[in-house]
Amino acid sequence: MSLNRMTAHELHELMLKKEVSAVEITNAVYSRIDEVEEKVKAYITITKEQALETARRVDEKIAAGEQVSPLAGIPIAIKDNICTNGVKTTCASKILYNFVPPYDATVMNKLNARHAVMVGKTNMDEFAMGSSTENSAFHTTRNPWDTERVPGGSSGGSAAAVAAGECIVALGSDTGGSIRQPAAFCGVVGMKPTYGAVSRYGLVAFASSLDQIGPFTKDVTDCALVLDAICGHDPLDSTSVKYQHPDYTQYLQNDVRGLKIGVPKEYMAEGLDPKMRRVIEEAIVTFSNLGAVVEETSLPHTEYALAAYYLIAPAEASSNLARYDGVRYGYRNVEADNVLEMFMKSRSEGFGDEVKRRIMLGTYALSAGYYDAYYNKALKVRTLIKQDFDKAFEKYDLLLSPTTPGPAFKVGENTADPVQMYLQDIFTLSVNLAGIPGISIPCGFVDGLPAGLQLMGKPFSEGTLLRAAYTFEQNTEFNRQCPAF
Amino acid sequence: MAQWEAVIGLEVHVELKTNTKIFCHSSTEFGGDPNTHVCPVCLGLPGVLPVLNKKVLEYAVKAGLALNCKIAPFSKFDRKNYYYPDLPKNYQISQYDLPIAEHGYLDIEVDGRTKRIGITRLHMEEDAGKLVHQGTIMTTPYSLVDYNRTGVPLIEIVSEPDMRSPEEAKAYLEKLKAIIQYTGVSDCKMQEGSLRCDANISVRPVGSTEFGTKTEIKNMNSFKALQKALEYEMQRQIEVLEDGGRIIQETRTWDEAKGVTVSMRSKEEAHDYRYFPDPDLVPVVMDPEWVEEIRESLPELPDARKRRYVEQYGLPEYDAMVLTLTKEMADYFEEVLEGYPQPKTVSNWMMGDFSRLLNANQVEITSCKVSPAQLAELLKLIDKGTISGKIAKSVLEDMVETGKAPAEIVEEKGLVQISDEGELSRIIDEVIANNPKSVEDYRSGKKKAMGFLVGQTMKATKGKANPALVNKLLSEKLQ
Repeated sequence: MSLNRMTAHELHELMLKKEVSAVEITNAVYSRIDEVEEKVKAYITITKEQALETARRVDEKIAAGEQVSPLAGIPIAIKDNICTNGVKTTCASKILYNFVPPYDATVMNKLNARHAVMVGKTNMDEFAMGSSTENSAFHTTRNPWDTERVPGGSSGGSAAAVAAGECIVALGSDTGGSIRQPAAFCGVVGMKPTYGAVSRYGLVAFASSLDQIGPFTKDVTDCALVLDAICGHDPLDSTSVKYQHPDYTQYLQNDVRGLKIGVPKEYMAEGLDPKMRRVIEEAIVTFSNLGAVVEETSLPHTEYALAAYYLIAPAEASSNLARYDGVRYGYRNVEADNVLEMFMKSRSEGFGDEVKRRIMLGTYALSAGYYDAYYNKALKVRTLIKQDFDKAFEKYDLLLSPTTPGPAFKVGENTADPVQMYLQDIFTLSVNLAGIPGISIPCGFVDGLPAGLQLMGKPFSEGTLLRAAYTFEQNTEFNRQCPAF
Repeated sequence: MAQWEAVIGLEVHVELKTNTKIFCHSSTEFGGDPNTHVCPVCLGLPGVLPVLNKKVLEYAVKAGLALNCKIAPFSKFDRKNYYYPDLPKNYQISQYDLPIAEHGYLDIEVDGRTKRIGITRLHMEEDAGKLVHQGTIMTTPYSLVDYNRTGVPLIEIVSEPDMRSPEEAKAYLEKLKAIIQYTGVSDCKMQEGSLRCDANISVRPVGSTEFGTKTEIKNMNSFKALQKALEYEMQRQIEVLEDGGRIIQETRTWDEAKGVTVSMRSKEEAHDYRYFPDPDLVPVVMDPEWVEEIRESLPELPDARKRRYVEQYGLPEYDAMVLTLTKEMADYFEEVLEGYPQPKTVSNWMMGDFSRLLNANQVEITSCKVSPAQLAELLKLIDKGTISGKIAKSVLEDMVETGKAPAEIVEEKGLVQISDEGELSRIIDEVIANNPKSVEDYRSGKKKAMGFLVGQTMKATKGKANPALVNKLLSEKLQ
């Protein structure tokens, strides 16, 4: 198997056995990029020189017999909304087209300390707003399984890069499904950790109360390794939780006997592609056969989640994105006659349509006279949704659902109707509203396209998610399949 | 003509004296080169997050307790959204509906009456930066922004509309400043902007219980400006109403040079700040034990100190009030007492000549060259008869300028009082010989002539003669 097709833990073993060097692995990834990037367009920025330098250092360490972390020398792609010191961080927006952060996000500090090799910065929907990566100001990323189709979004670049072998693992961010949905579309593993498990410092905010950074990997073992590396309390993030996280690899056990899994009936209803339903039902059978107890359950407020989400997330975004005004960095209209005009022209020209749509939605929801009817009410719905999950987790260790209503759609298919696009996140966004962890793993195919299975758990039950996902993976073949191209 | 009264409430911003900013580690130091006390967090760069400086919380609670507020067991931070180039995030992190402290009060004294002014709330927020224009804001071709002040911690203290005259408003602000200064959480320097005040004012006929339409007055940069602006605005509103007009709810700015308030914007143009809870910060949950610890750390506050000065030192109310108006003054006073334990004498000197000299030289008592021990030393020289009170005044002048010890100045300038009876007697004989007319006058019953002869004696001795002895000797010789 070519190096770029392998997993991080496999490559780690090979490096330790000195059968392969970090530089060779890195070069293999860049060869693959040279080969397919023109078609996939997963990246916005490539950082080859820096990557090779890191790889060389890892090789020196290994040669010197030093202990190295499981991610040392592993090529990793970083979503372009995660700040990287000295490397452009654009959020796929014209308004940040030239922004070079003078600091690293906390997750980058953690990865750098472990000598992971950053391959480049990946494409995304502008400011993480979208479900197809079509909202990038620069280009649309293609799904490696079918380049006529979208990779999902907003972390479409990271998902496509992993699926196409243009990196070994990747980081994305998930506000309403932006890791899990593209993971499902691209046939890889994607996890959104518990809110507060991974520091948000240096993640360019979309909706602060929902955003979380998480891994894209080819298998569940790698997912545990990356999660291990990036999670933990950070004094720079007030919302990061003081929690002594366990070694997540200890949960990689091929055993789900006695595990109680609930299947919310609201997630298996209207809007779900019948073929997708069949795939999920097969997965349910697999879990049952492996000894898990799977039952139907209910999350009664599910139908209000989308509405609540599309008030809360835009409200926060309208404020978070106010700082992009052309004064200090990023795009500025230089023809404006006064400061107000400069604000307006810079923002009108710098932001894309979807971002503007959400800024307007959010501004409206927070306006005097509408706050109670919209934003405040949405917060109440959010509480009800949380309570739905709390109640379900009294009885179940995990909840199971499809990650998406259907497989990857065609480029351009949903761009005309924003609501149709928003419905892509119908099964994923409740997890963000509730702040709980969710993972999407490959669970089959619909019309030759990957299907994703979502597992959801109570706060800080990432270990349980990993155990169930690992068991499923060990007993199925889906994650070993690669796009043919 | 109806009698009018004002209804005034004040909103006061106080900069807290922490070493670092409210949500990051940048320095709060005043006056650095532009944009040198900044970091990605206070510059609001993409991806950064605020973390509350615990010292800010401690200071806010301390100020709240000193103002007799209830400390909220649960409060939170909100975003106040508005666009301005000095505000890097285009929102200010503040506290909206759940401030850290509420329901306090302070007592003011006006015309010998004590009045209690309610404090509605006290909340924490971050300061904005500063725009630097080339010339005026209207004609400048471009403006520069200095973000050094961005993120400096502020507390905003909002009073109840309990003040009924500009004088009361000034007394409130003075008292508020004194209390905050005593707690040590702020310098409260109006000139440097560490104490800023906006006022809401309306007028109504005396006896009415309803509120009139109010205006908000900004840009008052001194206690005097506050009082003058409010006096002007009160009169303006009365005139509008007496002419049958209507007050428009608006924000007005005080034009110090012209001595008038000028309309800035009406309520219709007012911002909708779209406050909502800041999702980047967690709610502030106060540990009651910590609140008690902070309460116990409070120093003696102005009212208590004043009471003590009356009771312990037997000072008049007025002296006690003036001496305790600033902590520095009161501390100085007590240090002088350590070397010279006669409160009323020290009080007279401090409130009189010493304060006058400080004002004349524009020095703060804290940066004054005269140490409390030196002032005590000076007063002891008077008691010992080494110098007269009059000479002491000129010695103090030199002390304020040079910082030299009083004995040293007296020595250098040969100011030691002449108390030698023989020497004085000789001089007085000369004075008598040279002023036969006055001697004649005195002897013929014009007792006033005595003053002239004393004056001549003092003049002959360059003021060094012991006044009591001069009087005694002159009386004897003129008998």
